[in-house]
Amino acid sequence: MARLLSVLLVLIASAWPAAAQDAFDAAVTGLAGGFSQQAEAVERLGALGDPRAVPVLRALSEGRLLKRPDGNGVVPPAEAAPPGAEPVRVNNRVRVALRGALGRLQLVSPDPAERLAAAEAVFRSRDAANAPLLEAALARESVPRIRAQMELSLAASRLVAADADAKRAAIAALGATASTDARGLLLEARAANPGLLAEIEAAVAAIDRRLSLRRMAETLFQGLSLGSVLLLAALGLAVTFGVMGVINMAHGEMVMIGAYTAVLVQEALRGVPALLPWSLPLSVPAAFLVAALVGAAIERGLIRHLYGRPLETLLMTFGVGMILQQAVRSLFGAQNREVVSPPWMQGTLTLPGGVEVTQNRLWIIVFGLAVLLAVLAAIRLTRFGLEMRAVVQNRRIAATMGIRTGRVDALTFAFGSGVAGMAGVALSQIDNVSPNLGTGYIIDSFMVVVFGGVGSLAGTLVGAMTLGVVNKVLEPWAGAVLAKVAVLVALMLFIQRRPRGLFALRGRAAEG
Amino acid sequence: MSVALASPAPPRAAVARNAFRWALIGAVLLLALLPILNRLPADSALHVSDFLVSVTGKWITYAVLALAIDLAWGYAGILSLGHGAFFALGGYAIGMHLMRLIGPRGVYGHPVLPDFMVFLGYRELPWYWLGFDHFPFALLMALAVPGLLAAVVGFLAFRSRITGVYFSIITQAMTYALMLAFFRNDMGFGGNNGFTDFKELLGTPLNTPNARAMLFYASLAALLGAYWICARVVGSKLGRVLVAVRDAESRVRFLGYDTTRIKLFVFVLSAVLAGLAGALYVPQVGIINPGEFSPGNSIEAVVWVAVGGRGTLVGALLGAFSVNALKTWLTSVAPDLWLFALGGLFVLVTLFLPRGLVGLLRRREP
Amino acid sequence: MSAPVLYLDGVSVVFDGFRALNSLSLVVEPGELRAVIGPNGAGKTTMMDVITGKTRPTAGDVRFRDHDLTRLDEAAIATLGIGRKFQKPTVFDALTVFENLELALKAPRGPIACLRWALSGEARRRIEAVLDETGLQARAKDRAAILSHGQRQWLEIGMLLMQDPELLLVDEPVAGMTDQETEHTAALLRRIAGGRSVVVVEHDLEFVRSLGRRVTVLHEGSVLSEGSIDHVQNDPRVVEVYLGR
Repeated sequence: MARLLSVLLVLIASAWPAAAQDAFDAAVTGLAGGFSQQAEAVERLGALGDPRAVPVLRALSEGRLLKRPDGNGVVPPAEAAPPGAEPVRVNNRVRVALRGALGRLQLVSPDPAERLAAAEAVFRSRDAANAPLLEAALARESVPRIRAQMELSLAASRLVAADADAKRAAIAALGATASTDARGLLLEARAANPGLLAEIEAAVAAIDRRLSLRRMAETLFQGLSLGSVLLLAALGLAVTFGVMGVINMAHGEMVMIGAYTAVLVQEALRGVPALLPWSLPLSVPAAFLVAALVGAAIERGLIRHLYGRPLETLLMTFGVGMILQQAVRSLFGAQNREVVSPPWMQGTLTLPGGVEVTQNRLWIIVFGLAVLLAVLAAIRLTRFGLEMRAVVQNRRIAATMGIRTGRVDALTFAFGSGVAGMAGVALSQIDNVSPNLGTGYIIDSFMVVVFGGVGSLAGTLVGAMTLGVVNKVLEPWAGAVLAKVAVLVALMLFIQRRPRGLFALRGRAAEG
Repeated sequence: MSVALASPAPPRAAVARNAFRWALIGAVLLLALLPILNRLPADSALHVSDFLVSVTGKWITYAVLALAIDLAWGYAGILSLGHGAFFALGGYAIGMHLMRLIGPRGVYGHPVLPDFMVFLGYRELPWYWLGFDHFPFALLMALAVPGLLAAVVGFLAFRSRITGVYFSIITQAMTYALMLAFFRNDMGFGGNNGFTDFKELLGTPLNTPNARAMLFYASLAALLGAYWICARVVGSKLGRVLVAVRDAESRVRFLGYDTTRIKLFVFVLSAVLAGLAGALYVPQVGIINPGEFSPGNSIEAVVWVAVGGRGTLVGALLGAFSVNALKTWLTSVAPDLWLFALGGLFVLVTLFLPRGLVGLLRRREP
Repeated sequence: MSAPVLYLDGVSVVFDGFRALNSLSLVVEPGELRAVIGPNGAGKTTMMDVITGKTRPTAGDVRFRDHDLTRLDEAAIATLGIGRKFQKPTVFDALTVFENLELALKAPRGPIACLRWALSGEARRRIEAVLDETGLQARAKDRAAILSHGQRQWLEIGMLLMQDPELLLVDEPVAGMTDQETEHTAALLRRIAGGRSVVVVEHDLEFVRSLGRRVTVLHEGSVLSEGSIDHVQNDPRVVEVYLGR
């Protein structure tokens, strides 16, 4: 009954400050008394739910709370210590009460992080007495994540209650979660509740189902995230190699140049603090331009002399890549550079079902798809895209129609390189920015393009995502390196079955 | 030993070819003198340093690798970017033998297990290490393993008519995958560190003038043997078929040649030669690690051939020696410049010297 | 009546929904010289591709004597005795005329056999005979790269002769030739025909007339008309296809 009253008090505390004031002061004064009086006062303070009690109780638990020398209560922690004041001593009983009281108080703390921590602490305490407090706190709580934890803790508290019906409800509630903690709690409760064994087992099974679903969802997300990294790395190649048929081994270096552009943009904006959080988005067009310019220079200066000689192009561009790498190494040094993530890209996000995803990975997926759409739009909807497709299909006829094929070649190559540069900005968020950033991606990119089917952007998308997901699915039981090796071997075998990739051009057009 | 295609040639070209042959014989004789000159007293004018002997010995194995690449690429048009893998596998096979020969002289003093296995808690030798204590077996494996890998990869690729750059990318992926695999400790090949601290080979302690001379002459003999085999192949009708496959594969098929078999034959032969090169390389440099599988190594070896002049055996030799001499010199005087120079070589050769140095020397020929 | 050399029955080839061949049937007898004509896209080249194993038919039977060609690859079919001359002459530019012929000469084709191959007196005589026949003796030691267009065509025909095939498929042999070269080619083909069967695909009706043999007209992937040149030229369906638009 007293507890119910205190709950009511908690609820009206804010509405009725004067009454709460008295009760609070009386309880604080009680802390200076004997051990049993102390324990009572601590529990009272816990029940009152006044946030001001938190510093007092914390001081007490840490042995910093001082008794007034005149024996008239305690010194509030904020006040200067009068001479001769001695710390309040506590015994074990008081300590237990303190833990509980602090936990309860924090349940209604204005700080959400504190509330969450308190809810978790209550879960661990497994005390049936906490149930009413949790119910009260739940009634005020609006943050979903904290609510979920409170509900879990509530069920945990009810599980140790005497009432069988409450237990049944608690088991059902725990079974409805996807929490390993709840699972552990249920397994623990089996010994104490032989009569409820069937319910407990069913609840555990339900949790297991949900957990494995969540694991699948998380693996899928990681796979899609890796897939969009591959997609980004491969998209530029899908244009230069897939559409133009130019094999560019310096593609990885275009990605690297994009990443270094992001570094430079960040450096340049250091003097403009207002813009600094936007340095990453601003890097995207900058990286596109820089990489596109480098690409255009390489195409006009070198590659165009080797059209129709793919093996020579391969070797030549490899050399170009080497020179670019070494040039960047000479300019920026060999050590890794960092591109800081803007605040809105940091942290994790919890999706419904408890699936946790990191923000920057999520952004990379979004960015990858956005770049894909942009490339598609550029090829399908613009005049440049039309001319590009015309030149690819029939260079001579395109030339007779007045298309300047040399210019289209340069623009296409610049476009593909620019896309690679944008990928570099994204990769700067998940990988070290170093001169050999690109080398790690070049083989994967070629695999994606060949697997998806040369010349098909849809194939590149499906290829990248498939490779990403397969890699992540294999990883837990094969290890990251073996998963990669397995994917490479599988790809070689796949090319046996379908030498032209997933989305092959068939028929006469492909006979070439 | 005809150098290029065994075609009846106009007299002037024949003279040039003869000059080449004599230059080649002279170069071999000069090379053969090096270990002898090394034994002269240090103050003698003709004395040759240990460094020069060992670095030349290394280049000779590179020349064997270059011949192997040239046979596949220059003649049959198969550009493999994974020949470094065959080279490394040959090296690992001999490395396993050298590790077994260390015996109880390792840091941990285990009578059988190499140090890294003791360190990783192995109880006994993995089955695939058995037999490597016998030199002939190790040498056989140094040739057979690369050959077998080439047979499998080549069969799969050639059968599905994967040609040109697609084949190049597949082979690059192959060596990349092997590199990742060999980096793993549980592969049983020493992981990151690979094999090193070798003590002896065929009863001769390594790092002695005797061992250097022995390995040097073995490499020179291998080079001559490899050259003889390659010259025999390219001088036969098979060589003409290879050139035909390079220039118009489907036409060769319509003539009734099973080009899959022909390409497979030459690719496997080439991989075996690369394995031989690796087997001779490792005892000379005293170390083998997964870095040898790195795709950059393979493509660098391709550039030796491109610089020298592909499609001529002399060109492969010339390229291997000249590019590596440049590398040794440049990395000692200006290490930062080497990658610029190597990259520049790629660009220069493909754009301006499609027939390499040999093409430059033979400019007047049609 | 002897069994046919080449027997195509109900052969269809479909590329992405496009029917390049539509239930094509064709029979060639031993020793027959057959001309196949038809407008662009009639399926002439696809028919050649199917016979030589370059393209697999979607449906139908392709037989050469008693071999099922749909199960064999190009090399195996060539070894059986079917030779093909392409529309665009493909000879091996880096090799000499003599070497081109040597490669085509009927002999074991495995890698080891090629490695051990030594030119026998008999083989040399055969190559020289073909050099005579094609009028390329003077160019035997020249690289094929420097031959004229007509000489390349003849070298390719010479290579076919070296293969000694039972059935010869010849794709537009006189395209781009001068009148004199055309005449020479027609004579060469008639002489080759001798003991073997030949299928000639051609646009040039005058050339077909000069061959003076049985003609098959293809249209939209199947046979439109068959018979003598006069017969098909008067067939109203052929007239419509050729002149109707």
